[in-house]
Amino acid sequence: MLQATSTPATAAALSGPSGPRPRSVTAGRIGLYAFLVFAALFFLLPMYVMLVTSLKTMGEIRMGNIFSLPSEATIEPWIQAWNSACTGLNCGGIKVGFWNSVRILIPSVILSIFIGALTGYALSLWRVKGANLLFAILLLGAFLPYQVFIYPLVRIYSTIGIYGTMTGIVVTHTIFGLPLMTLLFRNYYSSLPIELFKAARVDGGGFFQIFFRLMLPMSTPIVIVACILQVTGIWNDFLFGVIFAGRENLPMTVQLNNIVNSTQGEKLYNVNMAATILTALVPLVVYFISGRWFVRGIAAGAVKG
Amino acid sequence: MKPRRRKNVASYVALIPAFIIVVFAYLGTMLWTVQISFTDSRLLPSMNFIGIRQYERLFATPRWIISLENMVIFGVGLIFVCLILGFLMAAALDQKIRFENTFRTIFLYPYAMSFIVTGLAWQWILNPTLGVQQYVRNLGWTDFRFDWIIQNDKAIYVVIIAGVWQASGLVMALMLAGLRGIDQELWKASRVDGIPAWRVYLNIVVPMLRPTIITSVVLLSLAVVRVYDLVIALTGGGPGIASEVPAKFILDYLFGRSNIGLATAASSVLLVIVLVIITPWLYYEYFRPERAKGAK
Repeated sequence: MLQATSTPATAAALSGPSGPRPRSVTAGRIGLYAFLVFAALFFLLPMYVMLVTSLKTMGEIRMGNIFSLPSEATIEPWIQAWNSACTGLNCGGIKVGFWNSVRILIPSVILSIFIGALTGYALSLWRVKGANLLFAILLLGAFLPYQVFIYPLVRIYSTIGIYGTMTGIVVTHTIFGLPLMTLLFRNYYSSLPIELFKAARVDGGGFFQIFFRLMLPMSTPIVIVACILQVTGIWNDFLFGVIFAGRENLPMTVQLNNIVNSTQGEKLYNVNMAATILTALVPLVVYFISGRWFVRGIAAGAVKG
Repeated sequence: MKPRRRKNVASYVALIPAFIIVVFAYLGTMLWTVQISFTDSRLLPSMNFIGIRQYERLFATPRWIISLENMVIFGVGLIFVCLILGFLMAAALDQKIRFENTFRTIFLYPYAMSFIVTGLAWQWILNPTLGVQQYVRNLGWTDFRFDWIIQNDKAIYVVIIAGVWQASGLVMALMLAGLRGIDQELWKASRVDGIPAWRVYLNIVVPMLRPTIITSVVLLSLAVVRVYDLVIALTGGGPGIASEVPAKFILDYLFGRSNIGLATAASSVLLVIVLVIITPWLYYEYFRPERAKGAK
């Protein structure tokens, strides 16, 4: 670090001044860093407060000062949050919700990405009548408030017997993940060289053959982006979980809210904070590991592939 | 008719799942919702049509009016602050900053977390008896007040704070990508001409970022119309109904209060609002006659 930054300055000193170069320390520069540091503090503050609170005893929390470091750190709240935190009558800890979320996540991610890839492939490379219309409605669906669909969906689910089941919540995530997944894959497949596709056609490849043997193997980058979007999105979901998952399968976000905002008993702030951090952990790990891919994903999801 | 070269039965088979989803889960449910809103359904849907009476009732319900007002306040606040903060952070990061990666990571990480987590984190910090207010009082300013979260007329601003914390990183990321796309020659030219940097930003860069800004506004508006989890976790719609929002109103009347007619009328209003905002943008972005290339 040090070496890298001092090299240009040394070089300039050796070769003499050659026109105006920006000075490294100016009032503007200091202001710039001050702004960045303040902004960073604003973004870090809640995480910091949650972390120190989760390591304190309740006695210390009642003394005040949410910003102070714990005088004697304890991981007891974390153990309690994971194993024995209560939502109303059930005291199985946040781990119940965690495993529910995992069980919801895996099939939902696989199914939504697969159907999205298939749809995107059919819409981008094959002539399908009404493709534009289908795509337009899908896009519109991505933007409409979920409240418009929810009640009739509940009725449909009850009729076919999947309301309040694992199947119900997986189907829901697939339905509402489809627009974005289709958009991603459609744009990705349209950006591939068309000659590739034509060559496969000339070689006699059929629709599914080309999809499974050529397109899917080439899709790794966009599948990664899709995975990041779906994993974080489905893990962070609250609305669908609370409505469609059923009491047995409540995802972690719902269970967390029930624990923290439950009106019974004493509020164990340290346990609540530990549970909150535990819930945030999965998307945070995805974020830190995937880094630039995450940004690419949200940019692709937000703008266009 | 001669079959086209790339036409294939299999491609229709492959689209069956998408077709079913579009027809039943999107179109069907949407029409059904609108249809229910014209009936006198309460606990169960009925087929007894009563015209627009549910809509009249809806707009005579103070709680709905408060929800709409809150949505507007939240929307204007969130979009305004996120755009400014996001742009400032992006512009600052674009100045060949040390630790750029670290700053960027810090600014964006809240976006990876759920609204529930965001809401709970801020609920804790803004809690008057244990949070910031108590901290400052302990420092000696004993009559310091920062208890917006329990004040009727301020609670919605607390939602804005948490929303900004969650979403401004996204705007920063989008804007930074936009700024990096701007030709470096522009900066050289402006430096040669001796134009101050802030004028270049204001008069040239910001107009050039217009597509990014529009995208950000659309995404944030979407979050505004959908805002639900954040309010549930942060204020629960309270104190009283002071921070109620439309999405929460609808779900409460749908499941809690079993007033399906009123709830679907509210959904339909929300639907119209979104269609009015989103349709022109979608058309512009995806279905515009392919003249201006690059949009695809």
